[in-house]
Amino acid sequence: MMDVRQNELKHQPSLRNSVTMRHFMPQKRRVVITGIGTTSAVGVGMKSLWNALISGQSGAKLCHTFDLSGFSCPFVAQLAADQLDIKQFVPKSYRKATKVMARDIELAVAAAHEAVNDAGLITKSHEAADGKVSMPATQMGCQIGAGSIAAEENELTVAFASSQTADGEIDLGAWGSSGMQNITPLWMLKYLPNMLASHVSIIHDCQGPSNTITCGEASALLSIGESMRVIGRAAADCCLSGGVESKVNLMGVLRQLYSKRLATASLSDDPSSIIRPFNPSATGGMAGEGGAILVLEELESARARGAKIQVELAGFGASQSFCQDTVGIGAEVDGAGIAQAIETALHEAGVKPADVDAIVPFGCGVPGIDASEAAALRKVFGERVSKIPLVTISTVTGNCGAGFGGVAASVAVQCLREQKLPARIQGGKAGESVGGVDGASIGARDAVLNTIVVTTTSLGGQNAAIVLRRIS
Amino acid sequence: MSEPRVVVTGMGWVTSLGHTVDGVWKRLMNSESGMAPITHFKAATFPTSFAAEVKPDFDYRTFLNDPKVHATTALNAQFALGAARQAWNQAGFHTHPPKDPRRVGLYLGAGEGVLDFDNYAGALISAWDATTQKVDGVRWAKAALARLDAFKEIEQEPNMSLAHLAREFGIRGPASNCLTACAASTQAIGEAFSMIRRGDADIMMSGGTHTMIHPLGVTGFNRLTALSTFKGDPTLASRPFCMSRDGFVMGEGSGMVILEKLEHALARGATPLAEVIGYGSSADAFRITDIQPEGRGAAAAINAALQQAHIDPAAVGPDGRPLIHYISAHGTGTKENDSIETRAVKVVFGERAKHIPMSSIKSMMGHLIAAAGAVEFMTCILAIQHGMLPPTRNHHDPDPALDLDYVPNVARKCAVDTCISNSFGFGGQNDTLVVTRYKTS
Repeated sequence: MMDVRQNELKHQPSLRNSVTMRHFMPQKRRVVITGIGTTSAVGVGMKSLWNALISGQSGAKLCHTFDLSGFSCPFVAQLAADQLDIKQFVPKSYRKATKVMARDIELAVAAAHEAVNDAGLITKSHEAADGKVSMPATQMGCQIGAGSIAAEENELTVAFASSQTADGEIDLGAWGSSGMQNITPLWMLKYLPNMLASHVSIIHDCQGPSNTITCGEASALLSIGESMRVIGRAAADCCLSGGVESKVNLMGVLRQLYSKRLATASLSDDPSSIIRPFNPSATGGMAGEGGAILVLEELESARARGAKIQVELAGFGASQSFCQDTVGIGAEVDGAGIAQAIETALHEAGVKPADVDAIVPFGCGVPGIDASEAAALRKVFGERVSKIPLVTISTVTGNCGAGFGGVAASVAVQCLREQKLPARIQGGKAGESVGGVDGASIGARDAVLNTIVVTTTSLGGQNAAIVLRRIS
Repeated sequence: MSEPRVVVTGMGWVTSLGHTVDGVWKRLMNSESGMAPITHFKAATFPTSFAAEVKPDFDYRTFLNDPKVHATTALNAQFALGAARQAWNQAGFHTHPPKDPRRVGLYLGAGEGVLDFDNYAGALISAWDATTQKVDGVRWAKAALARLDAFKEIEQEPNMSLAHLAREFGIRGPASNCLTACAASTQAIGEAFSMIRRGDADIMMSGGTHTMIHPLGVTGFNRLTALSTFKGDPTLASRPFCMSRDGFVMGEGSGMVILEKLEHALARGATPLAEVIGYGSSADAFRITDIQPEGRGAAAAINAALQQAHIDPAAVGPDGRPLIHYISAHGTGTKENDSIETRAVKVVFGERAKHIPMSSIKSMMGHLIAAAGAVEFMTCILAIQHGMLPPTRNHHDPDPALDLDYVPNVARKCAVDTCISNSFGFGGQNDTLVVTRYKTS
């Protein structure tokens, strides 16, 4: 059989900096994506997300857990209260453990459930299969990006309130001697970032390498890249990979505001009009919750189990931006770091910029970050950048932090599967997009799609990009 | 083409025992303890009121080119900057910086930042609605906006140490931070090593930094009953592998190393301090509260690392010794860890296990949580360089069920070529590194 990639490698693109790029070699063991599972503001699973994206539906709504009108934006991208019953997503024997799952963990466990089903993978979670699983446990890895999980406010405050001074401050002495007894002994285990991967690896019996990357909005793509490397070096044949986070909590919204990522909106505004990716009139984003887990498999191993193989993870790149303000509240103006990550990923995939059919960017609707991304895309794709379709998803997801890249990658997979591009909403007028990218509003349409680039950039300046390719 | 060899060309640390490589090593050789009553906050009434804190003579600004750039830096990144500067300079990059910053990467196991506890708790209390038993969002917003500082909040994000190090040292290559509890920095070094082997970078700055010596950190571990609640002299509290061990003692700080592709290091005339030859990673996939009792995950990580290093755990060298000369134990001093780690080492090495010295420097500098693996990895390199093994302090009442050679109480002279460093995290992450003396062939 003709190896598609080997053929393409003969026509390596000439890159501007061959000194840097000659090092980045393709992997011998090829990695395919055989399953996707998402959780987003419109529900659990790709079906609800894809329907929303195709029909141009927004995920923004008034927050149902807290009144956020004390902040500049009262809206969030949050699942409806009845959209996630975690007990439906874990095997019966594991239901008790759902008591120690923070919101981020629930969202991850549900996403993993969806991904494993989508891949047709039989894992330990299928109790009826009686141990007849698709993959040996030691060949299953798990890399799930996470944020710093916010403590559930009511649970902690009822305990704090028991140890307050007369003027309403925390009494540390009373807290140490008795107050802390009011929180559950396992309290901390709800909030360790690695508990997303920990629960998922227990449920699906992943005994291979397991990691938790915590690089803000770059976490999921960095995790997907790391899973690709783990499979590449034969430390596992299959990885549950991606990222999940909920920023829909008080501290999450506050930090969005403090890092200048929160839009300005009032209660009377239409929530669906607030996030406006690459639109010159944008004022910012909003807190979101969700993310995605993808099933990554070594090609031959996936073939051997009869998996449906449609998409290859062909390239990965990562980089660090120069942050003028050190912590990266302001994005890198020239987008050099983002461009470097994309170029590295393209190079590994053996794909010329001219052959990229669509891009799923971060596109969070924060003017400075959108401008930085647009500059990076222009750097990589040149004038053609105004013609490459951009798939903007933050209108549905909000900023779900470590989860964002996972959703973006899953949407790219779905585009390749369906040969369809979703609608783009709130994009503004044709020809007026930030940085001259293809950012105007447009309806869903059919498209011939073979290669899609996905990229994210984080507060703190970490960037990651992947190249996905359709396998027919 | 064989994969490139990876060497360590610089290292540095900031710990309760000091912040120079040699100074801390001397104190480890003397079996000294960094433990004392907690000074970071009023901990007197907490079940555990002592820890191994970095002492006030550490000032991160003295390690920086331009302290103004890092004016808002929180404690984790301060420790990281101090440790990284030592490593960077030892590698010689202060006088001859790397030619292409895009070929320099970062992979850290850095912890989440320290909560601004009094203001955090105060804002929540002020917004508490006793009738609904809920926090009122509008009242909280008002209080939080008044009390919680923007930079203090942002600096708590776990990737902020990356941002500070990248800025200070001009790093533009791939950058990641992992947070797999107590295994994080071992995993970070392992992944950084893997990235150089694959060609994703020529140089990686790697390691960890963490402090959990703050009210909610101590609360969380106290509630889990993971911390020692020893009454008496804090320097006697950490007792790994002892019958009377009752939990770990928190430490804080950072360990940082420069990993480099061998060819790259030699071409620029750098001195390899040691070579990394194996990395193994596994998950228990058992329970979030307990370690798999047979040490299945720990043994899998050790075995994977040895396999990559082409070391047969059953073999002996020409000197009749096992091929691993020293194990830097995870050795937390909890009942569960020490017995299961001992079991796992026996599962892997069989009869040879008793002939491999294995000690825990946590008995002296406490548990640096995410940063623990990095300082323990550095200890292995120093053991190779000095031909000395650090002891397990306070090893006065051996647990009869734990029958390995824990290097009790006194540092030991020992020719060391090859070591392993183990780290195991809450949630079941297990990571092992194999490091060996650098030899030219």
